[in-house]
Amino acid sequence: MAQMTMIQAITDALRCELKDDENVLVFGEDVGVNGGVFRATEGLQKEFGEGRVFDTPLAESGIGGLAIGLALEGFRPVPEIQFFGFVYEVMDSISGQLARLRYRSGGNLSAPVTIRSPFGGGVHTPEMHSDSLEGLIAQQPGIKVVVPSTPYDAKGLLIASIRDNDPVVFLEHLKLYRSFREEVPEESYTIELGKADVKREGTDLSIITYGAMVHESLKAAEELEKEGHSVEVIDLRTIQPLDIETIVASVEKTNRAIVVQEAQKQAGVAAQVIAEINERAILSLEAPVLRVAAPDTIYPFPQAESVWLPNYKDVLATAKKVLEF
Amino acid sequence: MSANKSIFDAVKNLQEIEEKFEMVQILNEEGEIVSPDLDPQLSDEKLVELMRRMVFTRILDQRSISLNRQGRLGFYAPTAGQEASQIASHYALEKADWILPGYRDVPQIVWHGVPLSQAFLWSRGHFAGGQSPEGVNVLSPQIIIGAQYVQTAGVALGLQKRGKEAVAVTYTGDGGSSQGDFYEGINFASAFKSPAVFIIQNNQFAISTPRHLQTGAKTLAQKGIAAGIPSIQVDGMDPLAVYMATKEARDRAVRGEGPSLIETVCYRYGPHTMAGDDPTRYRTSETDEEWGKKDPIIRFRKYLEAKGLWDQSKEEAVIEDAKEQIKAAIKEADSVPKQKVTDLISIMHDENSMPANLKEQYEIYAEKESK
Repeated sequence: MAQMTMIQAITDALRCELKDDENVLVFGEDVGVNGGVFRATEGLQKEFGEGRVFDTPLAESGIGGLAIGLALEGFRPVPEIQFFGFVYEVMDSISGQLARLRYRSGGNLSAPVTIRSPFGGGVHTPEMHSDSLEGLIAQQPGIKVVVPSTPYDAKGLLIASIRDNDPVVFLEHLKLYRSFREEVPEESYTIELGKADVKREGTDLSIITYGAMVHESLKAAEELEKEGHSVEVIDLRTIQPLDIETIVASVEKTNRAIVVQEAQKQAGVAAQVIAEINERAILSLEAPVLRVAAPDTIYPFPQAESVWLPNYKDVLATAKKVLEF
Repeated sequence: MSANKSIFDAVKNLQEIEEKFEMVQILNEEGEIVSPDLDPQLSDEKLVELMRRMVFTRILDQRSISLNRQGRLGFYAPTAGQEASQIASHYALEKADWILPGYRDVPQIVWHGVPLSQAFLWSRGHFAGGQSPEGVNVLSPQIIIGAQYVQTAGVALGLQKRGKEAVAVTYTGDGGSSQGDFYEGINFASAFKSPAVFIIQNNQFAISTPRHLQTGAKTLAQKGIAAGIPSIQVDGMDPLAVYMATKEARDRAVRGEGPSLIETVCYRYGPHTMAGDDPTRYRTSETDEEWGKKDPIIRFRKYLEAKGLWDQSKEEAVIEDAKEQIKAAIKEADSVPKQKVTDLISIMHDENSMPANLKEQYEIYAEKESK
């Protein structure tokens, strides 16, 4: 075991997979000799060579097409999109092509591609770097969407994503890259995709969340504990498909729930989670399921992040509303 | 200094470049070899086979239009007029090569090994139409114009990394050369020096939009300059010129010298698709007539007849054979079971990792289908 930040755990996962499977290829803008703009691919080109870890021209759509083409020749591509705000350039390659390859070939061809991309607010990035656009991809049949919140989860989920025989979009929150360390096994291990994790057990309220909001929710849960409320925090980890079983079991136990996301209220996947709860556990609910989400504006100018981004105080306020309903 | 005198002669730069892209022709409209030094010198047997495939494809087009009108086919993009561009370019390929076709490029994948019945199923909208046989290196016709170009750069890089002696070939139209993915595709292949052959079939119109409204560039071939790749404009109604240009591009790619761009100047006699397009709204009968004289089949027939390699009875035999095969293929397509929702769910993901939502929906539809 070693103490790792999330970014170290990600590099470690990539190293494990490059070592274990010669079909794994890592490529993108500045991921080679530079080791990535966040050092996620640091040292990998030196260790595995330019044939396995390489830079590309600056064109996201081309990178998406490259991944699809390489998959057709039996490779297991792990391309990087430098910031997920740039996904619009590659929406066709991802949602229009990658997601459909197996289906449109009647199951004969497959696209075992894992797209890594950072996103997320709180670090004063320039425009179009921090936007939470996971909701867009989560609406596309054929793709799984993974958002880890801890170093341990990041490594196990990334290895599982790379080994999955269908496309996965793996979103890495910028603020979580180096915000804390955690014990991470040095050997390979996987965490099943589509499985949530109960990060804290409780009996009075379920907080269902993902990404950076997991930590805001845990902080809020601690505060609520002091006031005598036992709060369960569920980290979705995979936002498409959702782990309905874990969500419903929790709501049936606590009878109250909120969904917390960093994305705008009209975006993200909170509405989907609430709809699933309404369809499957309405008789268990003592109160409506409320949302914590960002305002429905464009992502804020960097100086306005602190007043715009949801934080533990918003979680606290919404949790109390539901507890006191 | 006079206002209209150039300091930097950028105009001259452009003119010099554009002059270099003169259309290459080997066989003229009369079926005469006009560039003997470029003649690919195909054997008699190969010449006859190329003619057979072109005639077969013309009949396939005629029958497809008619079957579409009878409601026995669905989506169909006519190919008549483009036989040299489509079939002679394919004729220069090897079995190991990958083809990433556009929506009009069904003939190429058929000659590469996709059964006719599957081509018909693709037209109708049945998943079995995309289930190309193992070892037939093709994708289904691409509907998103340009997407096949970036994917081709990827397949070509894959072939290069595997050390295979093969190329990835793709097609788009004149309109498609305006897409971003068109440029990204040729540029990526150039940067990686990958074995790709990019073909623009310039059939003069993108639906109703004439070629000159796509770009001010004099040729589409010169767009290869932006990627730094060898490019050429050929007479796309001339089977020998198309064959030769494709063969040379393929040879260069297999030698490790990177991708090429080929513009074939051709014409589609029919509408854009059978979904209600009416070419009389944007084309004159004079233009149709003018291009009718350039017909690839007429000129190749003249050429082969002069060599004593072709006659009417041979052509009739091909036509009969085509009609028989088409009839059998339609019958085969008819016999394929109807699609069920559970089929569609099953082909979404690897069977070992079907997501929970789909597992649940599979059960619901299986129940519905059992009634």
